[in-house]
Amino acid sequence: MKKVYHRIIQISGNVISVDAEDVAYNTLAEVTTGDQVSLAQVIRLDRQRVYLQVFAGSRGISTDSQVRFLGKPMQVSASEDILGRIFTGSGAPRDKGPRLQDQMIDIGGMSVNPSRRIIPRNMIRTGLPMIDVFNSLVESQKLPIFSSAGEPYNQLLARIAMQAEVDVIMIGGMGLKNDDYLFFRNILEEKGALTRSVMFIHTASDPVVECLLVPDMTLAVAENYATNGKRVLVLLTDMTSFCDALKEIAITMEQIPSNRGYPGDLYSQLAARYEKAVDFEGAGSITILAVTTMPGDDVTHPVPDNTGYITEGQYYLTNGRIDPFGSLSRLKQLVNADTRDDHRAVMDNMIRLYADYRESQEKRSMGFRMSDWDHKLLKYGEKFEATMMDLSVNIPLEEALDQGWSLLAECFEASEVGLKSELIKKFWPKPEDAGQKTGKAQEEEAE
Amino acid sequence: MAKSYKTGTVTGVNGNLVTVEFDSQVIQNEVAYVLVGEMRLKSEVIRVRDTVADLQVFENTGGVKIGFPVEFTGELLSVQLGPGLLTMVYDGLQNPLPELAEQSGFFLQRGLYCEPLDSDRKWEFTPAATAGDELSAGDTIGTVPESMFEHRIMLPFSWTGKWQVAEIANKGEMTIRDPVAKVRRDNEEREVTMVQSWPVRVPIETYQEKLLPSEPLVTQQRIVDTFFPIAKGGSFCTPGPFGAGKTVLQHAISQYSQVDVVVVAACGERAGEVVEILREYPELKDPRTGRHLIDRTIIICNTSSMPVAAREASIYTSVTLAEYYRQMGLNVLLLADSTSRWAQALREMSGRLEEIPGEEAFPAYLESLIAGFYERAGLVRLFDGSTGSVTIGGAVSPAGGNFEEPVTQATLKVVGCFLGLSRDRANARRFPSIHPLESWSKYPPIVDPGQVEKVRRMLRRGNEISQMMKVVGEEGTPTADFVVYLKGEMLDAVYLQQNTFDQVDAATSDERQRHCFAKVMQAMDAEFEFKDKSEARKFFNQLRQVFIDWNYAAPDSDEFAEIEKKIDEMLNGQNQ
Repeated sequence: MKKVYHRIIQISGNVISVDAEDVAYNTLAEVTTGDQVSLAQVIRLDRQRVYLQVFAGSRGISTDSQVRFLGKPMQVSASEDILGRIFTGSGAPRDKGPRLQDQMIDIGGMSVNPSRRIIPRNMIRTGLPMIDVFNSLVESQKLPIFSSAGEPYNQLLARIAMQAEVDVIMIGGMGLKNDDYLFFRNILEEKGALTRSVMFIHTASDPVVECLLVPDMTLAVAENYATNGKRVLVLLTDMTSFCDALKEIAITMEQIPSNRGYPGDLYSQLAARYEKAVDFEGAGSITILAVTTMPGDDVTHPVPDNTGYITEGQYYLTNGRIDPFGSLSRLKQLVNADTRDDHRAVMDNMIRLYADYRESQEKRSMGFRMSDWDHKLLKYGEKFEATMMDLSVNIPLEEALDQGWSLLAECFEASEVGLKSELIKKFWPKPEDAGQKTGKAQEEEAE
Repeated sequence: MAKSYKTGTVTGVNGNLVTVEFDSQVIQNEVAYVLVGEMRLKSEVIRVRDTVADLQVFENTGGVKIGFPVEFTGELLSVQLGPGLLTMVYDGLQNPLPELAEQSGFFLQRGLYCEPLDSDRKWEFTPAATAGDELSAGDTIGTVPESMFEHRIMLPFSWTGKWQVAEIANKGEMTIRDPVAKVRRDNEEREVTMVQSWPVRVPIETYQEKLLPSEPLVTQQRIVDTFFPIAKGGSFCTPGPFGAGKTVLQHAISQYSQVDVVVVAACGERAGEVVEILREYPELKDPRTGRHLIDRTIIICNTSSMPVAAREASIYTSVTLAEYYRQMGLNVLLLADSTSRWAQALREMSGRLEEIPGEEAFPAYLESLIAGFYERAGLVRLFDGSTGSVTIGGAVSPAGGNFEEPVTQATLKVVGCFLGLSRDRANARRFPSIHPLESWSKYPPIVDPGQVEKVRRMLRRGNEISQMMKVVGEEGTPTADFVVYLKGEMLDAVYLQQNTFDQVDAATSDERQRHCFAKVMQAMDAEFEFKDKSEARKFFNQLRQVFIDWNYAAPDSDEFAEIEKKIDEMLNGQNQ
């Protein structure tokens, strides 16, 4: 029989303290007040004094609440029954299903031995040309979507999740609006993907401590699947809420803040989660796609800034599109050499021309005279935005490359685009149907 | 080693900081183990107050309870120095990672430590001293071949005074545990093996004197060697925001630098980046020696998700290994990526110790620690008259890419060369993105410094003109100015930028740099007459293309000579 302590000495923020013996660091306790039971975790030991972080928050806790130490760290079930289920940050069911208590595994496990990692080699196809063609997503990559608050980032995540060829989808929601949670649930249900998904959802109205647990719970389950040979895609939204929860708790713990109130270990905290992305030799993999909303649309804000140093690139979502300039997949060159021989050339050239288009656009808005070349670029840029950048476009990579060629042929002469002659010979669409149109369109523009 | 340990008991746990009450005495920075059942968690004493010591634990402290026993070892945090260090991959505490993987699989395991050096491997020992010789610390007793070097077995650096060789082993195969000599001082006799240990936080100072670094360390990166050179025994830093190509630049420097040994310290960065080194270096050839790159490399790998306290130690572990090879008269390059993560580890510990914070919550002693680290670089004359050097290059990851932050500023005060990476240049795909106007170096370049100064003036002027053109447009710019601007742009494109992913362009030898630089200067100095701006632009576009082709042409090839001829024709054709 475990001993019960019922003299709470201090309640401050979400942290309570009691005097107790034989308590292990980082283990759990149950705090009972009347009928209310909440889990809590030991976050500091100082002689007989034990500091506990209460997951449900300290509201309603009385000085004679009962504290019972469970003697084990935070765990999550890794049973087969977990697929299709939805939980809170502390692992309680959010759907109507039963509580799962078999095959419990610890969360926040040890780091992968770097010497056992391998160089990533498989592309994840998403059906979005801005990703597949220009910044390919690679299995075991960790990539955030940098976005301002109003952008449709959750829609984008959901689309990628539906499209990607993976075995298990893990969704970790932090500080989600209830609408967003329902959106994810409904779309998974609609597309029949719920049976291969697991969701850990913390909504904005839930206790803040549970928010902190979401990435660890999600990734612990993901890791279990990956070591058993499954390819797992982890979606985390929104990591800025996670960081804000860290900040809130650090400040109530009276830690010295480093930058805009965030704790000094923000980088290590984020890295500990993102570095779980891995490709196991002879087993499965974990790919992490996260959302980082940028407060004030400022990439130098501590959250996107620290994230950028950890992740392998980033996608910028601006005005409902994935921006081709800031976005970068650091691993793309590992996979885009063996897709199709024109992939890299098309990628580089279309972006270069699109950059030129932006310049022409700027020139036009400043009232400078437009040359023929400017007109061509303007036409190209608008079409590029409609056919490649729009988030509703959903075509396989090969089709997107073909579309790229016909778009180039529609707007330019073959000699103008700066592509290698052998590629032009192989891929440039037949002159009779594209070339004429260009000439005609040119005349119209000139008028 | 069976000996009785001093002991203590745990009285507090806060993250990886454990407070311990001890019964006898403790030493600052000594190693202690917190016992959690069967597990021994390595830790280091970092503060002592009355009868309580604060320990930073190099592991996760989950499960530690008040009253758990602690063993103090009486030894400072040390590394093992001996043959077999090259090609190894260690964590921040010198545990070989591949061996850990053999024991614990995909994941690291808490409390699992391995011997840093293979004690079964046989080495061919050749004695250098003879019985009766008088030796002092650092003197060579014998040698064993390791990779392409004669690895010197030296009298341990910590043994003070004169020691007389009583016995010395004959030439033959031996392991690192076998005694190679017996030495005597007064009545004391000690056995010498091939291995000695040295406390990581103490610089090895077994040399005659420190010399002024003046010989260039050729990195084969044009913008570095020609404009912002590094010297053997000097120090440099590469601060830059994320995505500016810090790691690619560091990899290029580690791969192509003309040094004997490279120590790569992956300190708190992505594991994926180290994997590239781990998997590629055993395959890549070093053209200078014909051996694989890994044969001259030691990797210290404490990536971002590995324990923070070990990250802090990893920097010192790496620099100590670098100093050890310097003692053999070798030129060693230490690349630390990134020192900001090390500083952050210091900040985390300082916060837990509840010290009064300095700027951005970094500890007040940050500057002196950074200075102390870079000061371990140096060119030294050893006791036998030969010289060896440790060159330190630290990547810095400033928050928000803003150089006005404590780590960058403290670093700039103590390094001899600043290679500032710029986000604008990276966005414009101008790699390496070292900013040509903001960077500086105090070391002598491989070409005439006067010429370098001239180029910098020109780049600055070109930059001014381009700023002006944004306001007045091309129409409003005089042609003469426009040509200066075009010259600057061309120099940037054909000389400052370099393609690391191209086999030839990735590395430019110093000889080739001098040759190409002279040619580029010829173009810079030439007076051109152009009808109008579009003619000028066209000419420079063509000239640029030819120069770029030249960069991609293998040295001593026909192509190289042909393109050079073409450049001469173009310059003479215009320059009349």
